[in-house]
Amino acid sequence: MTPTDARRTAAKEWELRLYIAGKTPRATRAFENLRRICEEHLAGRYRIEIIDLLKNPTLARGDQIVAVPTLVRKLPQPLKKIIGDLSNTQRVLVGLDIRERIAP
Amino acid sequence: MEQSVYFDYGSRVTPPGTVGGRFKNRKEPMSLPRESSSVKGIQKCPTGIRGLDEITGGGLPKGRPTLVCGGAGSGKTLLAMEFIVRGARQFGEPGVFFAFEETTADLAANVASLGFDLPALVKQKKLALDYVRIERSEIEETGEYDLEGLFVRLASAIDGVAAKRVALDSLEALFAGLPNEAILRAELRRLFEWLKKRGVSAVITAEQGRGSNLTRHGLEEYVSDCVILLDQRVANQIATRRLRIIKYRGSAHSANEYPTLIERHGLSVLPISSLGLSYPVSTRRVSTGIARLDAMLGGKGFFKGSSIMVSGTAGCGKSSIAASFADSVCARGERFLYCSTEESPEQLIRNMASIGIDLGRHVRSGKLLFHTVRPTLYGLETHLVKLHGMVEDFSPSAIVIDPVSNLEAIGTDQEIKAMLTRMIDFLKNRGVTTLFTALTGNGSFETTTVGISSLMDTWILLRMVESASERNRLLYVLKSRGMGHSNQMREFVLSDRGIGLVDVYAGPGAVYTGTERINQEARDKAAGAAARRNAESRGRELAQQGAVLRAQIASLQAQLAAVVSRRDHEGAEEGARLKALNGDRAALTRARRAD
Repeated sequence: MTPTDARRTAAKEWELRLYIAGKTPRATRAFENLRRICEEHLAGRYRIEIIDLLKNPTLARGDQIVAVPTLVRKLPQPLKKIIGDLSNTQRVLVGLDIRERIAP
Repeated sequence: MEQSVYFDYGSRVTPPGTVGGRFKNRKEPMSLPRESSSVKGIQKCPTGIRGLDEITGGGLPKGRPTLVCGGAGSGKTLLAMEFIVRGARQFGEPGVFFAFEETTADLAANVASLGFDLPALVKQKKLALDYVRIERSEIEETGEYDLEGLFVRLASAIDGVAAKRVALDSLEALFAGLPNEAILRAELRRLFEWLKKRGVSAVITAEQGRGSNLTRHGLEEYVSDCVILLDQRVANQIATRRLRIIKYRGSAHSANEYPTLIERHGLSVLPISSLGLSYPVSTRRVSTGIARLDAMLGGKGFFKGSSIMVSGTAGCGKSSIAASFADSVCARGERFLYCSTEESPEQLIRNMASIGIDLGRHVRSGKLLFHTVRPTLYGLETHLVKLHGMVEDFSPSAIVIDPVSNLEAIGTDQEIKAMLTRMIDFLKNRGVTTLFTALTGNGSFETTTVGISSLMDTWILLRMVESASERNRLLYVLKSRGMGHSNQMREFVLSDRGIGLVDVYAGPGAVYTGTERINQEARDKAAGAAARRNAESRGRELAQQGAVLRAQIASLQAQLAAVVSRRDHEGAEEGARLKALNGDRAALTRARRAD
């Protein structure tokens, strides 16, 4: 599936974008962590777009990416950024505001 | 469950122009337009910043990072920006500017006043601008990370314009924006290595640290090739910027602080010690604009490129001499820079018109440039840098600083002397004839307060002489190196026909000037006439006496003649009588026969 295909799919409540730079172990780890967390908490309501900056370097500018990996929560608003390999699940949940939205 | 994942684990072939290809574009270092052959090993990358290339011997290290640190407002961003913009415009080296603290729009607006049109350069593909915004509050750290995102952006920007130069202003924003300093430090080390490998000449700015730390976050630890410190200090309420090269690996550099200025063209660094006493010497002479003053200076005037001091008390005509000099230089078609620390150009033009010197026409013809500024407006160094800039832009053949003694307000004698030494060295090097005027106190005619006599080649002294309810001006040449100069005092007369020098009346025991001189001359003339009249009448008297005597002699001689003739006559008569007597006696004897 290409990014274009991904964009064509129906909008989800949670739109996440993971920026990586090449298939590094850290990137793989981040992606796996993210998928696990999403499956646990947002099953069926999320979409993950992965942008490899090595292939699309110009995209780094738009979301002000400096650190890699960076997870950007495009939706729901407001925009949130989480850097690192997402191995600290608690922090990811806080960073994405998932806990509050799930808990009530 | 629906999810769309795009994650290409496939080919690891990276297209050109991305990070993977980042080491490929490294080219052999280009030969530099201003490479100094005396510097071995290190190739330099000219900044185009006035003065900076001189003190670094050709520029910043080529293909290596340079750290520029300094406090707020010390000109770090400007230095970095000039390095990039001038590189793109003057040296054909496209550049990348990464701003961490200002948006690109702000940046472009800020430097537009310096004549840097960033959007145009971006359009011409000579410049890539990027604003890297890191907001701590928006960022959550959830594990290990690196700064590959920044690398990618940099690489993309560098490849986009084939950049040879990079500026990062200022990297320290990363420390504020990103958690985990250990990662950050490791990544910065990698960044500098990466920049070196790419072979770009980079300028990295950083905030000055406290105490012995050059930078707040110790960036100097990573940049070991060249470190420049910018500094702004305030003394006597006057701020002066200074630049110092703390370190320049592989290149000779001076450890001095150099005064620095932000002008309308950008930064200016003032090289001081690059000059010395090895300037070219001219035997050409320059008229002073006053014929008789030329005559006093060996008949020909000043030496071209010499330094001249005209000192005197208030109102003794220093500016008039300066204006006269300016007038004559401009009339010959050469350019003249008139730096006034006291009067506005309009006032000077008006005042000089009153003594028949029309400076206005030279201003209109562009030969004469006035630079008027109050000394207290900024520090000594700033004045010096300004002067440098003007001399370089206008390239006058002579300049006047009128009066230089006003600088006392902003520095100690020693500082002023140091500044003037630099100024004179600079001007002599360029063969610019320099005339300083200095106001002296009433008591000391031969000491200017700045004590700069040894710097001067020619020293003309003006003094006021008070006598007979008048103040008059006296001029003399105290010294003039390399020419036979007059030892005479002249009276200095200002009239609507210009400046004149008149012989003073030097009578026994006194020197007369002004109306007294005229009076004395008149008195002398009168006395002479009387004496002449006296002599004439005495002559006549004696002639008369002579005539009388001659008459007496004549009459006595007549008497003498009369006496002589009478004696002769009477002698003859006596003889006759004796003869007769003797005859009578004989007759008688004969008659008496009786005896």
